[in-house]
Amino acid sequence: MSDQTGSAGVVLKYTVSPDDFTRAGEASSKVKNILKQMGISPDVIRKVSIAMYEGEINMVIHAHGGEITVTITPQEVLMELKDVGPGIEDVEKAMKAGYSTAPEQVRALGFGAGMGLPNMQGCTDEMKVETELGVGTTITMSVHMEDK
Amino acid sequence: MTVKDIQKALAATITTGEEYMDKEITSAFASDMMSEVLAFSKGQSVLITGLCNPQVIRTAEMLDISCIVLIRGKSANEEMIELAKERDLIILETRYIMFSACGILYDLGLEGGTT
Repeated sequence: MSDQTGSAGVVLKYTVSPDDFTRAGEASSKVKNILKQMGISPDVIRKVSIAMYEGEINMVIHAHGGEITVTITPQEVLMELKDVGPGIEDVEKAMKAGYSTAPEQVRALGFGAGMGLPNMQGCTDEMKVETELGVGTTITMSVHMEDK
Repeated sequence: MTVKDIQKALAATITTGEEYMDKEITSAFASDMMSEVLAFSKGQSVLITGLCNPQVIRTAEMLDISCIVLIRGKSANEEMIELAKERDLIILETRYIMFSACGILYDLGLEGGTT
């Protein structure tokens, strides 16, 4: 993890380990703590935590890990989740609640109910999914600070 | 009610978090799927689940759930206990199945909710 503070806000970078289900969520946990220390409103923290954690879990179960960059400015919390995994075949379907391509062993771990992407969208003010089969997926999400 | 009341009602053992037994609890969520908990919980403070892996603790952390009740005789492993301790979370363990655990706590006045 690296931490830079500049005019662009606080920038946090994390590497999500591939296939390490036990550690999935570590980055989200760290971001949550940093937002708390910064005195960000609980509602914003909750939305960021859920969206980023869902994304982090997805990176581990579908994409062999990846890189997460979180930028915190007075206006928003911007999350970029970038992987070089298999890509999403049908984004429209993947955005539908209940649609999942997760294998049975992932469901046994308590995930893969087809709620991840819809939940990420529901928790964020803006979300963009860029994906290419065999190349990877980048998901950009923004949660706006309140009263801005 | 407090966590202590929940522990007594479910004849549960305290795996970790004994120092937080006086915490006030008003609502609970029950599911074995963390995906569903993440998508549908609305500020409930207890998670009743038969799933037993570290992601249960992480899910609780993300949602500010302070107490996890492991049902059906499930037992938290070292990793889970360690994660819970670091986050000041409570883990209780009971032999009740999910239906019974929920029924007992609902009867005592804990609220649930709808999607």
